Amino acid sequence: MTTTTPDTDRPVDNGVNVAALLSARDALSEAPAAAQFTWKASCTWQRGTHSRSTVDGFAGLGTQHRHTSNYTFDVDHPECFASADNGPTPVEYVLVGLAGCLTAGVASVAQHRGIQLRSVTATIEGEMNVLGILGADPDIRNGFDRVTARFVIDADAPRDDLEALLAQSQKRSAVFDVMTNPTDVVVELV
Amino acid sequence: MRTTAVVIGAGHAGLAMSRRLTERSVEHVVLEGRDVADSWRTKRWPALRLLTPNWMLGLPGQAAEQPDPDGFLTAPEVADLLRDYARRVAAPVRTHTTVRSVRRGCHGYQVRTEDGAWQADAVVLATGGSSVPFVPACAAALPPSVAQRTAFDYLGPDSLPDGGVLVVGASATGVQLAAELRRAGRPVILAVGEHVRLPRTYRGRDVFWWLRATGVLAERYDEVDDLARARRLPSPQLVGSAVPVDLAALVADDVRLVGRLASVGDGVAHFSGSLRNVCALADLKMARFLGRADEWAKASGLDDELPPPSRPSRTPVPDRPCLSLDLAAGEISTVVWASGFRPDHALLDLPVLDRSGHLRHDGGVVTDARGLYALGLPMLRTRASTYIHGAPADTEALADRLVADLAR
Repeated sequence: MTTTTPDTDRPVDNGVNVAALLSARDALSEAPAAAQFTWKASCTWQRGTHSRSTVDGFAGLGTQHRHTSNYTFDVDHPECFASADNGPTPVEYVLVGLAGCLTAGVASVAQHRGIQLRSVTATIEGEMNVLGILGADPDIRNGFDRVTARFVIDADAPRDDLEALLAQSQKRSAVFDVMTNPTDVVVELV
Repeated sequence: MRTTAVVIGAGHAGLAMSRRLTERSVEHVVLEGRDVADSWRTKRWPALRLLTPNWMLGLPGQAAEQPDPDGFLTAPEVADLLRDYARRVAAPVRTHTTVRSVRRGCHGYQVRTEDGAWQADAVVLATGGSSVPFVPACAAALPPSVAQRTAFDYLGPDSLPDGGVLVVGASATGVQLAAELRRAGRPVILAVGEHVRLPRTYRGRDVFWWLRATGVLAERYDEVDDLARARRLPSPQLVGSAVPVDLAALVADDVRLVGRLASVGDGVAHFSGSLRNVCALADLKMARFLGRADEWAKASGLDDELPPPSRPSRTPVPDRPCLSLDLAAGEISTVVWASGFRPDHALLDLPVLDRSGHLRHDGGVVTDARGLYALGLPMLRTRASTYIHGAPADTEALADRLVADLAR
């Protein structure tokens, strides 16, 4: 879809193919089975707290898909936890997931609403009391107490419109939903 | 028994349709399970008033004629209004005639009731968009010590066991019940999902005056961007009086806001962490509408006559919203489900529902079911369709269509 801003008549281009997304929405509404996706990652222990995960494919639209390359992710704990720091901590990957999801949403919604973005940067912080994961205090949860994402957006639009972009991207974000609502999690020995 | 058209339901929509059919000399009956406007007498809590002011209560052949055009009727007054209207238009209502099923007949439709079956060329479903309260599945997981009510069986604060109340849902019903319970001295927690915030009055005029003036009420189903979304839109946080019931007002009265009720497990209710965002969405959306109202006022030369534009303050969201609540701990004695209403299509023995159970229709003309029509559903033909205000235009359009279909 090509949308134009009234003042310049230059087409808005955030690099998001909104037309494809909208037609996918229509098509999948008619074919609910194809809309069922399964996302996958596999993980192999390395040594200590270090593991390596790979992501190479997923299932959806009634078939298997491969990413254009195999992505690998080293996961570890930092030196202050007496680990080797071979990669970010698992909870930092969660923050990365939220940042990526909200940012993709901002770009897509901006494209749909005809807002040209010049830059979008975000800082995500997750606050956590580690007495929870250390098992030192049963009243403290393991996970984040609070997650804060701060966005700086440079675009041709008033502040209200940018706030609306952020609000809509949260509303449509998978990771925001994963983090704000309970999820049934199955972990089993095969 | 045979007739040309059967109208199911003798509420405002069914009665208005009856009048339209009489105007067009279409033989018909109106089948009503109990009495005319029964829901307004038996399924509304005592303090309820209409959200829409009296000037919006015109019906086909009867202008809005309440003494105070800016007042709001109580539920019994709405029932009286409709009872009188049924008499005035001599609607052929068969009361205490519950419809069991609607299915295809050899010509048109067969409508089965307790008192026999009707054969008709056309059937108009006028049982409304709010026939059954929607209660989420997690209701089954509540501890037995907690009482549960819906808007249909809630009879005022005194009808609940002593103690705190968790109201689930912050649309018109939820905010009104939360306000009423809080005024009665109850500790109230309100679970808030997506909602629609509107001020009762803006620049000295009722919000429905603005909704009509700006053309919002007249927006047609075939013109809006996202019809499915428009049809799902929750009812606005309004009450039929000057008292504000938006979340800001409730927080000022010490109602505690929590996120949408996401699940109940082991007696603990878990609330979504999205409270801040659903409030931001509602605040932004309200600001967009008020901006549209201001633009309209400028364009129509009324800007100087009206009080100056203003914006309600942002919804005050708690800094650390509560994410889980032990329902067995005794703080909460009752959960009130204000989680929405649904139409009741159970009597339709016809393949006319989509996979989500919604009636497939084009502006009230049911898809792939010639001679079947629906009224009184949200955004049926325009945004006004949700309200009594929409009935005159909707019934006129559908009665014309019905007559044209009979002639085909």
